[in-house]
Amino acid sequence: MTINDLNTILPLVVLAGWSVVVLLADLWIPKDRKGWTAALSAVGLVVVLGLTLARGGTVQKAFFGTVLVDGFALYLDIIFLVGGLAGIALAYDYLKRMELERGEYYPLLLIAISGMMLMTYANDLIIVFLALELLSLPLYIMAGFARFNLQSEEAALKYFLLGSFASGLVLYGVALLFGASGHTDLPGLVNTMRAGTGNQALFLFGAALLLVGFSFKTGIVPFHMWMPDVYQGAPSPATAFMSVGAKAAGFAALMRVFVTVFPSLSDDLTPILWALAAITMVVGNVLAISQKNIKRLLAYSSIAQSGYLLMAFVPYANAEVSSDSIAAMLFYLLAYTLTTFGAWAVIIQMEQQERRGLEVADYAGLGKRHPWLGLAMTIFMLSFTGVPLTLGFWGKFYLFSTAVEGGFVGLALIGLLTSVVSAFYYLRVVVVMYMQPGDPPVKQNRWVNLTALLAAAVVVGLAFIPGSVLDLALQAVLQLQ
Amino acid sequence: MTTALYIILAVVIVGSALGTIMSRNAVYAALYLALNFMSVALLYLFLGAPFIALVQVTVYAGSIMVLFIFVIMLLGAERLAASENLRGQRFLAIALGVVLLAILGTVFISRAELTGIVTPPTAVDFGSPRQIGTALYTQYWLPVMITSMLLLVATVGAILLTRGEGTSIRDNLKRVDEKEQADQEE
Repeated sequence: MTINDLNTILPLVVLAGWSVVVLLADLWIPKDRKGWTAALSAVGLVVVLGLTLARGGTVQKAFFGTVLVDGFALYLDIIFLVGGLAGIALAYDYLKRMELERGEYYPLLLIAISGMMLMTYANDLIIVFLALELLSLPLYIMAGFARFNLQSEEAALKYFLLGSFASGLVLYGVALLFGASGHTDLPGLVNTMRAGTGNQALFLFGAALLLVGFSFKTGIVPFHMWMPDVYQGAPSPATAFMSVGAKAAGFAALMRVFVTVFPSLSDDLTPILWALAAITMVVGNVLAISQKNIKRLLAYSSIAQSGYLLMAFVPYANAEVSSDSIAAMLFYLLAYTLTTFGAWAVIIQMEQQERRGLEVADYAGLGKRHPWLGLAMTIFMLSFTGVPLTLGFWGKFYLFSTAVEGGFVGLALIGLLTSVVSAFYYLRVVVVMYMQPGDPPVKQNRWVNLTALLAAAVVVGLAFIPGSVLDLALQAVLQLQ
Repeated sequence: MTTALYIILAVVIVGSALGTIMSRNAVYAALYLALNFMSVALLYLFLGAPFIALVQVTVYAGSIMVLFIFVIMLLGAERLAASENLRGQRFLAIALGVVLLAILGTVFISRAELTGIVTPPTAVDFGSPRQIGTALYTQYWLPVMITSMLLLVATVGAILLTRGEGTSIRDNLKRVDEKEQADQEE
């Protein structure tokens, strides 16, 4: 370890260190002033964001090649850090209102983000596994933050048990890959595969176990069973944060590991990925139709979105298409992040004590009584559906077109059809908001409002310049290889 | 000689693993697991990694299993429920497990060309405490640091989820009880 190594991952070092400082400082902050902890954490995130941007996307390796910083990491880190800021903005008022306020929430969030950033840097399977744990562990705790609520307890326990099982599978996969090749570093694995000296059967088995573990984290059918219960039971700001962070980090790991290491296994893996993407899109969208609780609705919607994201992954071994399709995936992740945070910001303002105000029916009259919130929610629902003039449309457009380009017309067709199905339940929320009479009580808070309106503005604004956003994503991918 | 010992060890390892998941008494399951850890430690010794073997015995078979048994005894949770919650789950799990093993077995026995053997490292002091220490604090410095963060998070989480600010565990339990009663009355 040298100073150079630390300098390469400086944003991560600062973030992790700052989270410990905030954790300590919180002990001296009086109980009714926990806003200070939130502010300190937010300042840390802004500084780290500045450091990340200042470093840029130059390719650097550190720690004996176990971490690799590049444009891919830069792109995703910006998503994670901005997501962290949104996570703090959503949490502050909510935690106070629901009498859950504990200063530890914010340092835990920072640690989760350091895990996600580490995941984007990972160039070694040991780092991949540890990053997975570092981002999951705080999320388990955050899911159980409403300790006296049985649903929240159930969510935390379910997430923890199934999550540790998935981590175990990933670790087993890593062990088998090491057994197959004698390497845990990604370049070493790639070289062994190219030279053909590894154990092919163990290699495939290990890759399959990694796929299962990451599928769990990203909520891909049939490893999605935990999602509705955890999303519903966890405090809403924690749900918002985990639905973006854990998913994006899971896909980051999939991208990094599969695209660099497993192209030679594509004959075996492509049909599996195809089937997983198709089932996920169908099951997520169909089950979402019958949901009455908005948190469960968004949970199934989030499963369906994983299916769309995975679709970009199917042609991963086709070198001509893969960079395009992964850029499309990064683009979609951005759209998904903004839309998700926005939608949860509206849900958080609607949620009342004792988990009331969470049914879709409770949204009756929102559009008329609170036109700005109604408009923002409409934009998010349209963006999830993929209606033109929103970022979600371009996201799906690029995803479907790269799927066709890669020769998977059937998959694109399934995506298109399930998007039509999804319009039914997304637009139902809009219909309830505008067409049914009602006067929903809304707990306005400026930070949550700001998140919702800013997200809505960006979702619409960026939809006018999709090309330049895609260019950014393309640059991020080119440096992956 | 080595092969015979290896086969005996393998039988003990697989048998104790099966015992862990099949015994209906949690204390027996924990003891089977301890036996499993010990025999795996012997396997490590066979492979020429004495340090790892000792760590396996002291950390896993020693401290962690003692903690397990302690908690089981303390909570009086040694009797496991006789019936399963998900019907048909055990049958399905066994069937799928057998299928997986069958597929793996076929590949490893009949498709030998796919299963090249990776040459193990041959350095004399490979796996010695000195080498492991050097590797941990040079090449694997970063993973060690991340692990320390993980332990910190686990500690914070355990305190956070079991103890409220200024309230004792008993108060918390009372609050949960009251809440449950209120839920049932609804």
